[in-house]
Amino acid sequence: MILTALAAGTTTAVVAEEGGGGFETPTPDIFWLPTFGTSGDWAITEQMVWGGVSVVLLSVVMVALSKNAAIVPSKGQWLMEGFYNFARNGVARDMIGTKHFLKFVPLLFSLFSLILINNWFGILPPVMNPTMGRIGFPIALVLVVYVVYHWIGIKKMGLGGYFAHMVPDGLPGWIRPFIMLLEIITYFVTRPLTLALRLFGNMFAGHMLIVLFVSAGAYFLTQDVLFKLLSVPTFIMAAVMFVFEALVQFLQAYVFVLLSASYIAGALADDH
Amino acid sequence: MEGNLSLVGYGLATIGPAIAVGLIFAAYINGVARQPEARNLLQPIAILGFALAEALAIFALVLYFVKGA
Repeated sequence: MILTALAAGTTTAVVAEEGGGGFETPTPDIFWLPTFGTSGDWAITEQMVWGGVSVVLLSVVMVALSKNAAIVPSKGQWLMEGFYNFARNGVARDMIGTKHFLKFVPLLFSLFSLILINNWFGILPPVMNPTMGRIGFPIALVLVVYVVYHWIGIKKMGLGGYFAHMVPDGLPGWIRPFIMLLEIITYFVTRPLTLALRLFGNMFAGHMLIVLFVSAGAYFLTQDVLFKLLSVPTFIMAAVMFVFEALVQFLQAYVFVLLSASYIAGALADDH
Repeated sequence: MEGNLSLVGYGLATIGPAIAVGLIFAAYINGVARQPEARNLLQPIAILGFALAEALAIFALVLYFVKGA
């Protein structure tokens, strides 16, 4: 029965016929949660509200923890500095290099903290919904990174120089146009596309999986004794998925800033 | 039994990235086991490789929703 529910796919609400009908598999519609204005493209969704809340939350916490910075740090300041140093040293300095990285620390740290808290909203009880499960949010973030790494590359090398630097030196002449074409596709299409879709896809799939397990477990509880027993492993699996998702959500925030930093580093690099 | 054939296609499409991710982390673990002090150097490289290999599976997920839904 579970297999049927899984195989039936995530696109349409399919009523499983054999063995206890009535279970509706979750569909992508679970991400459409308008809170103000229920119709049309301009509805304010729940994700937008929580995205705004996350910004306020981050601002308040960070200002509070860094306001009374002392040489001997308090516990909060110590935690904050550890978090900051992870993005500053672990991502920005290691990827971009000691010469240019300080300029990009604010961008990378903001991206990291914002994505991390919004991803973790997916498993935090009052929210239970990852903001990045709606494609618009990753696209907006990627748009910022996209403009930044092209901008600094063109500013440093000029428009012609920027395109010339995409092709490594020392290649035979006849192969250069092909490499050029490949690199242009990589820089302008593949990189932003994968950056946005990776974050979106992971949050989307993870949330769907959790909803599937939890709703299946809840459905089993309404059936007879045998199915009630079956709900125990289902709920255990849901709990395991929560832990796994916590890891994935952190990893995706890390990967996002890591790749952003590496794209910035690639645009700044003198040679290959 | 109802369903959608593109779901099977997506399942097949994840085999490649799955093997790739396994190989990447196997190499990472090997490297750290042989040279523990190289850990901080290898970690971003491994995660970067993992993210790039995983992108293929993400593409397939999107194509599933584009063509399958």
